[in-house]
Amino acid sequence: MALLEILDVSRRFGEFTAVDNVSFAVEAGEFFTLLGPSGCGKTTLLRMIAGFDLPDAGRILLDGRDLADTPPERRPIHTVFQSYALFPHLTVAENVAFPLKMAGLAAAEIKRRTAEALDDVRLADKGGRYPHELSGGQKQRVALARGLVNRPRLLLLDEPLGALDAKLREEMQLELINLQKEVGVTFVFVTHAQAEALALSHRIAVMNEGRVEQMDEPSKIYGFPKNRFVADFIGNINMMQAKVARAEASRLLLDVPGLGTVEAPPRPDAAPGAAGVFAIRPEQVRISAEDHPVELKNRFVGTVHDLLYIGDVTTYIVDLPNGVKVEALLANSAPGRAQLFEAGDRVAVAWRHDAGMFLHE
Amino acid sequence: MSKAKGEGLTRWWVIAPPTLFLLLFFALPSLIMVLASFQYPGEYGGLAPLFKDPARPDALAGLTLETYRFFFSDIIYVEIFVRSFGVALATTLVCLVAAYPLALLIARSPKKHRDLMVLLVVLPFASNFLIRVYSWMIILGPLDLLFSSFAVVVGMVYVHLPFMVLPLYTNLEKHDPVLLDAAQDLGANAWQRFWRVTFPLSLPGIFSGAALVFIPVLGMFAIPELLGGTRDILIGNLIKEQFLGSRDWPFGGTLSIMLTVTVLAFAALAAGLARGGAARSG
Repeated sequence: MALLEILDVSRRFGEFTAVDNVSFAVEAGEFFTLLGPSGCGKTTLLRMIAGFDLPDAGRILLDGRDLADTPPERRPIHTVFQSYALFPHLTVAENVAFPLKMAGLAAAEIKRRTAEALDDVRLADKGGRYPHELSGGQKQRVALARGLVNRPRLLLLDEPLGALDAKLREEMQLELINLQKEVGVTFVFVTHAQAEALALSHRIAVMNEGRVEQMDEPSKIYGFPKNRFVADFIGNINMMQAKVARAEASRLLLDVPGLGTVEAPPRPDAAPGAAGVFAIRPEQVRISAEDHPVELKNRFVGTVHDLLYIGDVTTYIVDLPNGVKVEALLANSAPGRAQLFEAGDRVAVAWRHDAGMFLHE
Repeated sequence: MSKAKGEGLTRWWVIAPPTLFLLLFFALPSLIMVLASFQYPGEYGGLAPLFKDPARPDALAGLTLETYRFFFSDIIYVEIFVRSFGVALATTLVCLVAAYPLALLIARSPKKHRDLMVLLVVLPFASNFLIRVYSWMIILGPLDLLFSSFAVVVGMVYVHLPFMVLPLYTNLEKHDPVLLDAAQDLGANAWQRFWRVTFPLSLPGIFSGAALVFIPVLGMFAIPELLGGTRDILIGNLIKEQFLGSRDWPFGGTLSIMLTVTVLAFAALAAGLARGGAARSG
């Protein structure tokens, strides 16, 4: 039995449907992420799991028990809020001890477990400080320690890394993964940052307009997005208008205006004549000099329109005939820029026949 | 002319009038009061001269500690001080208990209603103070409660309640509601959320409200005079009596100075506590 089950849950605010008939299950010990743009319903869903809001329809089960009649303070579920919500009048140690105190534990036990929790987040020496004396990353860790100290069945994290700068965020991501492994508490993580979701999660539910568009492991979500929304929302992707010319068991032949025939991986639900897009990730597109021989069927010649040097990689934007633009990623493995294509250079872009995918309109 | 100099001159012009006003009508009279408390009373009221008149070598003149000795020699004055502090304390506590739920209600009402509710709290100020106190005589008279310590505290609470509501509301309104969500999420029930989060965070508001009620009540003479009995004399009445009744200015000055010193001590204590609370919730 799954730890948390969301069964046909809907929540409407007047005319607006925030959560639209959503169902999924989270297993014990899992790092599960709700990913989507703002307003997609992920925070509403989180508030319903925490108990601050109730579904209009559907049920939320924890260990098979319906939570509808359990108020937030009696759910074995804690939340790490986006703003951390640390109590400003309490010290770090008192903040962390708060849930233990509410649970009515003995003073000695509270002291021991508070010290342990602070140790887990490497703040053992900061117990006497007040929240306003801490940095953003430290506040974040106090909030985590407070949420985990009495070992809830489930920890909800509402965009907890949103307020941190990029470098710190990366550090905290690693720390979160390790912490979750260490304490074994199930995490339900809410974010709009797709890179964060990919890096942290065991499974991701991509949400849009109140519905779950796709739910899978990060590599599946990234590699095999189910539709245009998921493909577009997760990472960068090239999309070009395409029509199915021939559907075979081992491949699809697509007609892409300007390029001609493009060979794509097969798709059982793609019938000849179906319209949609051909989508391919920039890192799957190889770029080479126009006259460089390439043994790939999907090879097209174009002009470098622009390039972005990002440091680890360079992104080339290549103009193909008929206004089609393709982004190609080249790792800068040699010192300096990988290959010296300049804007205006004639180049060839190519990709393997099993790369990319056809997505219906 | 340099810009800095111009700005300095402007600032001078802005702060000069109120500074002058306070010097002339607050600092100077206070000093006169301090001086008066060390003088002898005049033969026909007022003050005896500071310097001996050579023509009348027997008349009292100069400085003395006599009035202070007198103050401490009779237990009645300490009693009146203690009683005044008791009334001030009772008024402050009743105001706090009555104002807290009201301030909380206003702070948690929808934003568009709050201004109207605050206006209603201060609305009694629109009518004359004496009229409001006389109204209480009309209410308490038939109930046979007039001219008692109870009537004094009722009047004091009624007049000073807004001074407790406003600072409390200002404080409570600033609380981040997500803190209450967090407390509830971490297992706190409604009472624990109030006692562990709302109340400690509101301490600075409580202290400023308490100071705004306690200090004026301590010096108030109109309410005890109108609503109190003969045994409900407070320091305010005593001071007023010295200046206007028995015309013993030195003793009136002494009583005033003693009151000011005690009030300042309390104010310093309250300010210290409020600062401590504010520093932690900042």
